[in-house]
Formats: sequence, C-alpha cells, structure tokens
Amino acid sequence: MTLAPILVLAAALFSMGIYGLLARRNAVMVLLAVELMLNAVNINLVAFEAAIRDSLATGQIFAIFVITVAAAEVGIGLAIVLMIFRNRHSANLDDFATMSG
Amino acid sequence: MNQMLFRFAEEAPEFSTGGAMQEWAWLILVVPFVAVAGIVFFGKRMKYQGAELAVGMMAFVFVYGLILWIQTMTDHVVYQNSIVIARVSDTLVFEWGWVVDGLSSMMYFLVGTVGLLVFIYAVGYMRGDVRYTWFFASFSLFAGAMLVLVAAPNLAQLIVGWELVGVASYLLISHYWEEKENSSAGMKAFFTNKVADVGLIIGAIALSGAVGSFRIDDILDAATHGDGSMNAPLFGSTVAIAGALLLFFGAMGKSAQFPLHIWLPDAMAGPTPVSALMHAATMVTAGIYLMARMFPLYQTMAQDARPWMIGIGAATLALTGLLALVQDDIKKVLAYSTVSQLGYMMTAVAAGGYTAGLFHLFTHGFFKALLFLGAGSVIHSVHSNNMSDMGGLRKSMPVTFWTFVIGSGALAGIFPLSGFFSKDEILATFSHEGYALVLSIGIAGAFVTAFYMTRTVALTFFGTYKGEGHPHESERLMTVPLIVLAVLAAVAGFVNWPGVFTGFTEWVGTVAFAPLGDYHPESLDLALAATGMGAALLGIAAGWLLYGKDKDTQQARDRFWIPGLYHAFEAKYWLDDVALGLVGVVKGPLARFVDWTNTNLIDAVVNAVGISTRWLGQLVYGAFDQGGIDHAIDAAAAGTGAAGGALQKLQTGRIQQYAGAFVVGAVVLVVGFVIFTN
Repeated sequence: MTLAPILVLAAALFSMGIYGLLARRNAVMVLLAVELMLNAVNINLVAFEAAIRDSLATGQIFAIFVITVAAAEVGIGLAIVLMIFRNRHSANLDDFATMSG
Repeated sequence: MNQMLFRFAEEAPEFSTGGAMQEWAWLILVVPFVAVAGIVFFGKRMKYQGAELAVGMMAFVFVYGLILWIQTMTDHVVYQNSIVIARVSDTLVFEWGWVVDGLSSMMYFLVGTVGLLVFIYAVGYMRGDVRYTWFFASFSLFAGAMLVLVAAPNLAQLIVGWELVGVASYLLISHYWEEKENSSAGMKAFFTNKVADVGLIIGAIALSGAVGSFRIDDILDAATHGDGSMNAPLFGSTVAIAGALLLFFGAMGKSAQFPLHIWLPDAMAGPTPVSALMHAATMVTAGIYLMARMFPLYQTMAQDARPWMIGIGAATLALTGLLALVQDDIKKVLAYSTVSQLGYMMTAVAAGGYTAGLFHLFTHGFFKALLFLGAGSVIHSVHSNNMSDMGGLRKSMPVTFWTFVIGSGALAGIFPLSGFFSKDEILATFSHEGYALVLSIGIAGAFVTAFYMTRTVALTFFGTYKGEGHPHESERLMTVPLIVLAVLAAVAGFVNWPGVFTGFTEWVGTVAFAPLGDYHPESLDLALAATGMGAALLGIAAGWLLYGKDKDTQQARDRFWIPGLYHAFEAKYWLDDVALGLVGVVKGPLARFVDWTNTNLIDAVVNAVGISTRWLGQLVYGAFDQGGIDHAIDAAAAGTGAAGGALQKLQTGRIQQYAGAFVVGAVVLVVGFVIFTN
C-alpha cells in the first residue's frame, strides 16, 4: 500500500481545518475546524505507523490519546461557547474582542 | 544530608566549633517566618492583632542573638552548617545553611536588639492603623529576610535573603498606598534595588561559576590562595575583579551608595518604625555586611576593585551629607545622614578597615534607630514631618528631646558617645592607609554631620512652636525604647576603645577567613581624634549660629548647650557685651574696631561658611540628585512605557488573528526547515 494518497487526504483535511479556523466566524464552526485538523493528524499517525510496521503500535496509541484530548477539548470549548452565547446572545467570534489591548 | 563543615584559615586555628546553641541556630531563620505565617493567618483574631507574635519573635531573636554573641566573645566560635537543597553538578550545590561566627553573631545581636525595640515602639506608633496586622506581618518578614541574608554561608542563600529584604521593604515603604506618592516611593526603592541586584546576581554567578562553588568559604579560599589554584582553574584575577565589582554594585543599591542612593530618601514615605529598622539594622546594612563578608577577596585577588569602591564611598560621604542641609522634612535629614554615614562605612571597608566599617555599622545602628524613633515620636505628636511646623518641643516632649540630643551627639561624633569611637577608627584607617584626600573628606563630613544635626535639633526642639494643636510626650511604649536606645547609643562605643578595650575587633575578627590586612589602631591617635571632634564641634557651633537664634528661648538654651564652647562661638552676644562696655568706658577706636570686627568679619565669615555650605547642598540636591539622576530614571521609565504602548497595538483580542499569525509562523518554520535541510 502506498503512503502518498493517504498523506494527501490528511493534508487536504488539515488545510480545510486551517481554512475553517481562520475564515469561519461562528465559534462552533471554528471548534469543528480544530477537530478536523486533529483528525488529519490522527490519519497521519496511523498511516505512518502502518507503513513502518511498528511492533509497539505507537501511532495508534498516540491517535487514541489525541482523540481523548480532542474530546475533552471540545467538551470544554462547547461549554465556553454555550456560556458566552447565553450571556451575549451571539456566537460570532468578532464580537468577543474584549481582550483588545 | 546535614553534613558538617568547618573550615579554618591557617592563621586562626584556635577557634572552637561551638555546641548545641550553634547547632540549633537555624531557629533564628525559621521562627520569623513562622511568626509571619501566624500573623497572616491568625493575627486578626488575636488579642493584640498579631503584634504579640511579632514582638515575641523579635524577643526570641534578641535573646538567641545575645547568647550567640556572648559565646562568640568567650569561646571564639566559628560554626557553619548546610543542608543540601539541589545539586547542579558535583561541586556546585544549592544549600541552605547558617553561619555562626563573630560577624554574623554581631548582626544577629544588632538586628535582635534594634528590632525588638523598634517592634515595641511600633506597637504604640501604629496603633489604630488600618492595616495593623498586615504591617506586623511584613515587618516580621523584613527582619526574617535580613536574618536569612546574614546567616547565609553561600551566595545563593544570600541572594534569596537579599531579594526577600527588597520585597519586604517594598511592602513596608508603600504601606500607606492610598496615596500615589507612597506607592511610587515603594516602587522606586524596589526598582532601584533591582538594578543593583542584577549586578549582585551576575557577580555571584561569575564568582561561583569560576570557583565551582556557591560557598563563600570556597570563594574566599580560592581568592586567598591566588591565581591558578588547582581546584579552581577558571578563577583568575579578571574574574575576581569583575565579580568583586559586580558584588559591590549590588551593595551600592542596598547600601544606598551614590548614585543609587536615590531610593532611600523617598523610602521615608513608609511608617517611621520602618525607616528606623531599615536605616539601622536590616536593609541598608546588607551591602556593608556583604562587603565585610567578602573582605578577604577585596584584600587579595580583587585589590584593583578597591579604588572604585573608595571613590564611590567617598563621593557618597561628601555629596549626600550636604543634601541633608537643605531638607525641611525631619526624616529626610536623617535619611541623607544615613546615606552619608553609609559612605563612611563603605569607604572604610574598601580602604581596608574591616573592623572600622563594622564598628561604625554597629554604633550607627543604635543611634540612627534612636534618631528615627525620636523623629517618629515628634511626628506622632505634631502630625507633620516638616521642621517648619515644629519648634520649641523640648518642654512638651522632654524624653524625646534628651534622647534625640544624645543620638545627635553620637551621630556627630562627640566624645564619649559611641559615634566618636567608630568615626575616629574610620578616620584612623584612612590616615594609616594613606588616603589623605579621603581623610580630609571624612573630617569635612564630620563637620557637615554636626552642622545639620544641630540645625535639626534647633529647628525641632528650640524656638517657638509653629505647628497646630498641643504637642505632648508620647506614651511609655514609645519612650522606653527611646531611653534604652539612648543608653546603647551612648555606651556602645566603649566596646572598641583603642588602647583601653578592643573586644569588638577580636569579636568581628572571629571568622573562618581572617580579615587580612585589616587595620586597627593600637591606641587613640589624639591629634586625629581632636581634629575629628574639633570639626564636629565647629559644625555644631556654625549650625547653632545660623539656626539657633530664637530670642525667647535664649535662657533655656544657654543653660543647656555646652556653655563654654557655646559662648565662645556665639561670639556675637559675647563680643557685643564687651564692645558695649568698652564703648561706655573709653568710647575709643578700640571699641569701634571690636564692633567692626564683630559685625563685619566674624559674622561675615560665619555667614559665608553657612551660606556657601547651604548653597552647595542646594546645588547638589537640585542639579545632581533631582535634575540629573531622577531625570535619567524618569526617562528610562517613560521609554519603557512608550515601548509598552506601541506593543499594545498587537493585542487586538481577535482570536482568529492570533491563529492566523500562528499558522503563518508554522508555515515559515516548515518552509525554512525544508530549504535548509536540503
């Protein structure tokens, strides 16, 4: 099995993630974009692990860690977005520039 | 762990290693911090709001310090113990330890005595303060930090104590932070000290790195055994001189040497007990202590550093004493006086007078604490710091007045008060080491010191009362420490009377590395002592002539003020009487001549001396201190502020702009990586 198509897929996913992160204004969509990027990384981890036939299965284990962290992150992220939405009635990131110096 | 280490120089093998008191001396370092924690957490619920813990702690330090010092006197104990905290390499080890030798015992005793009296005084002085409990917590921290510094057997622990002293001083100086000036004064003190601390830290790293040990003993060992010692190949004279000068730079900040003295007068914004402790025992003595602790280094490998130190010390002595002449704030007079006296100590230590500098530190601790507490007692009663609001207080505040006079006399160096002996020893050191210019500056400094102290006493306690309300003597809680300190200020000089009893020399010489080349006179040099004392008396006379002319209290002043000398110098009234009598009897040219001499020559000389001294003081204060140094500091602060304002614009608060910058950075890194690895 060749590695290249899988890496291209991961790179495409990652680029979509970056686009979403930078271009979307809705906080929920930005969180989704971050998830996309994390999963692109997961694909890379698993693909490389399969390619070098790592007997310790490091890549898969690492991918599971990333998924766990991502779950925690999205949990906290959504909670924050929810609280902001309740207080400000908006999920638009441009409205939250209160930390401006 | 807990390894014992005793190191002695070959010259002094007769020291004993101490016993249980020395082994348990770590209590001196721990008890103050336990007291701080106790006051912070439980202080408000206690009967005296935490003050009893603070005073009890200081009483413990006093008793323990006294015992340790007595043991030093009788048994010549040099004890050192360290506990390993962390290992950097085989030799470079972070340790926490305590030293009990002549030098540190003297400091324990000084901090304990002055501290206990000042703490008791503060119980009365601070009563009713908004942050009474918090004050005693920071005050205890201040004393505890100084003890950590003094006990340090290695430079790392010394820096920890040094910085803690800085933090505590910041808290205490800006104690009344409701007014902007006071919090600014705290920051000024902190930042000025921080500038100097950079020197201390770099110097400590340089010396410790080259020698391969943080231990002061090891550094002094390498220094006294010269270049290219087997165990310290990196330690050459360049490193030694650079390190020594950097340590001195650190000492310049804490010990307020010109031009880093600027923080000390502003530090008067804090409560008066803070000023008293800061000027007498804890903060400003740290620099002198460090120089004394490292004395063998400056006498051996870093000898070339000494001219700089003498120059700066002498400049401090000469310039800041003059500033005291033009101050209206009584505490600022005392503050500039402290700076000037620190100049004496620093110059003395740099010139090779280890004992002389420490002796002056010792006596100065007592009389300067006394003067500050006396000033505090006056301020407490008049509700103003300015001498233009005081006057005539000697009747309403007799105890404060007499103790203040004793303190002023000691500061001016009047025999047999303590300042006379210590100042004379310093002058003898300058004379013996051949620093003629510094000696003359020292004698001139004695004149100026006596001059401004006379002015202060005259303006505060003589003449008519110019303030509001009815001043009254302070409560017993405040006057008793004054009396005890006055006794100490009067008699402390007798512990080192050349030719009669020189115990102090022996006691502070009880250190692991004997203070090489330290000069201590065998007997009192009468000519020099007379010169120094003469300068002081001349200063008192000149000050009195200029500031003491307040007719309505003339009689009381005549009774009090050193009658013979006073009359001789108060030539105007005396010669007036003679001249009038002669005019009445002979009406001849002689009478007119005497009258003419009196009004034109003698007065003119006295006035010219006074006015030119005052003018010089004003010039130095305005041009140097306020104009030059303060502006430079202000400009540096404004520059920092402007840079902050410019960088502020980057802080947009838009998270996606941050993410964009992040992505661009990552892309640049990746592209760079690809380009440079292929």
